[in-house]
Amino acid sequence: MSVSEPHKESWREWLMTDAPHSRGQARAAAWYHGWLTFRGNAMAMAGLIILVGLLLVAAFAPWLAPQDPFTQDLAGRLQPPGSEGHLLGTDSLGRDILSRLIYGSRITLYIVLLVALIAPGAGLLVGTIAGYAGGWIDVVLMRITDIFLAFPRLVLALAFVAALGAGIENAVLAISLTAWPPYARIARAETLTIRSSDYISAVKLQGAGPLRIIIKHIWPLCISSLIVRVTLDMAGVILAAAGLGFLGLGAQPPSPEWGAMISEGRKFILDHWWVATMPGLAIFTVSLAFNLLGDGLRDVLDPKSGDQG
Amino acid sequence: MSSLEFENLNVWFGDGPDRVDAVTGATFDVESGTSFGLVGESGSGKSTILRALVGLARNWSGRMTVGGLELRGYKRPRAFYRDVQMVFQDPYASLHPRQTVDAVLGETLKLHGFSDIDRRIKTLLDDVGLGPEFRFRYPHQISGGQRQRVAIARALAPEPSVLLLDEPTSALDVSVQAEVLNLLVDLRKERSLTYLMVSHDLAVVGHMCERVAVMQDGEIVELLGVAEMRAMEVKHPYTRHLLEASVGYNPREA
Repeated sequence: MSVSEPHKESWREWLMTDAPHSRGQARAAAWYHGWLTFRGNAMAMAGLIILVGLLLVAAFAPWLAPQDPFTQDLAGRLQPPGSEGHLLGTDSLGRDILSRLIYGSRITLYIVLLVALIAPGAGLLVGTIAGYAGGWIDVVLMRITDIFLAFPRLVLALAFVAALGAGIENAVLAISLTAWPPYARIARAETLTIRSSDYISAVKLQGAGPLRIIIKHIWPLCISSLIVRVTLDMAGVILAAAGLGFLGLGAQPPSPEWGAMISEGRKFILDHWWVATMPGLAIFTVSLAFNLLGDGLRDVLDPKSGDQG
Repeated sequence: MSSLEFENLNVWFGDGPDRVDAVTGATFDVESGTSFGLVGESGSGKSTILRALVGLARNWSGRMTVGGLELRGYKRPRAFYRDVQMVFQDPYASLHPRQTVDAVLGETLKLHGFSDIDRRIKTLLDDVGLGPEFRFRYPHQISGGQRQRVAIARALAPEPSVLLLDEPTSALDVSVQAEVLNLLVDLRKERSLTYLMVSHDLAVVGHMCERVAVMQDGEIVELLGVAEMRAMEVKHPYTRHLLEASVGYNPREA
């Protein structure tokens, strides 16, 4: 099937049609409807804009940063915000805080993306297998999940980092290891309701095996609730990464990781408030943006509400 | 062409003290090319017989044969599913909410090893009276009756000879019910299919079937032909009760 000429009708009509002519058009129309719902939610749009901004800042950091984030200037240390050449002031070694925040956005994104891939991926795998297989497989996998859930998240991450060694990669690994169990639980709960539904029975009657059913029929329905959960969790992940950085177990100096920056600013927090406050505000803004985005995505991606459309 | 035989079929759910017997001692057979109805109130075990046949209800004893071949356990070979297909009760629940009509039929055809999938999807849609404009729609973009037609197309995809119908119209409104029932009658004529149909609506069964089994509490209380049913020549008091209830007021008005 070739895509019908979209130029005769407007793109909007082509996307809004009730009778798509091809697989591609059907998929594009479904995305477009989701986008329309999402666009109606002002708060979610604000979250999206902030995150797109963060992406752009991270991508163009060398061009955006007014100064090198690592260059020290001990003569100009602890300059207040708005001083000559330093919009957000300088830290205890005279480094420009704005530049460090801009470069730090790369580290934040790196952590967020890796955790967002590893933790829900592992959770989805464990949860759907446990939910679909049932029996002793379910019991074993879910008890392992319970063991991970029983530890406080940061304490477990601390233990992992202590065992693996400090560093940003190990911090990501540690956070992922502590973040997957809730995803496994969600995926399992979804799987339990999906697996007994008629459309799964219908696929079974076509001779489909469990692997095909899990990957092609159960995953697409679980993924939407996981994506929502991921975006809502991202704030927590950023905070956990910052917490590890703050405790000196995440990113190592002189890396401009936001949590590590707060940790450095702690010593001067009473006399030179901006050193700790600026990275704190950055963490706050990004966390808030993820939460807003998650709320909006929940409205768009919920398959139950999509049904009524 | 396959005939179905059920001999002393028992189906149960759960084990030990939780065990619930859904069907006990059901014995009947369906000649190939005929249409057989199972009637009874909700919970009388009608649907469970269908689910045991296709392997969705795992615990059963007795004998079930399809075309002379005896079934064992709950695993069925792929060849079985090319021969026996099922249409589910609720078309709102039997289509995957994230798959287009095209994806549903395409996957079914692929699983059964057909190669000319594109042409077959068009033919299937045409066979169930849906135009090509329905091909790339999602289930939420089509009505209940159209969904049930898609479900019928899916069941017809492997070109089965036996179609199990689990109250195929009970979730649809009255005018659409008639359309879907007529479609099923036509399809049976064209393809000389064997139907095993579950319904609680005696009028539907009277319209569709040649023979009827009346079930109560998991047991078949009476086997009779449609002619006898229409003439009210029934022996068991429960059958008479059902019939009188269906005559006393028109259930289709409800």
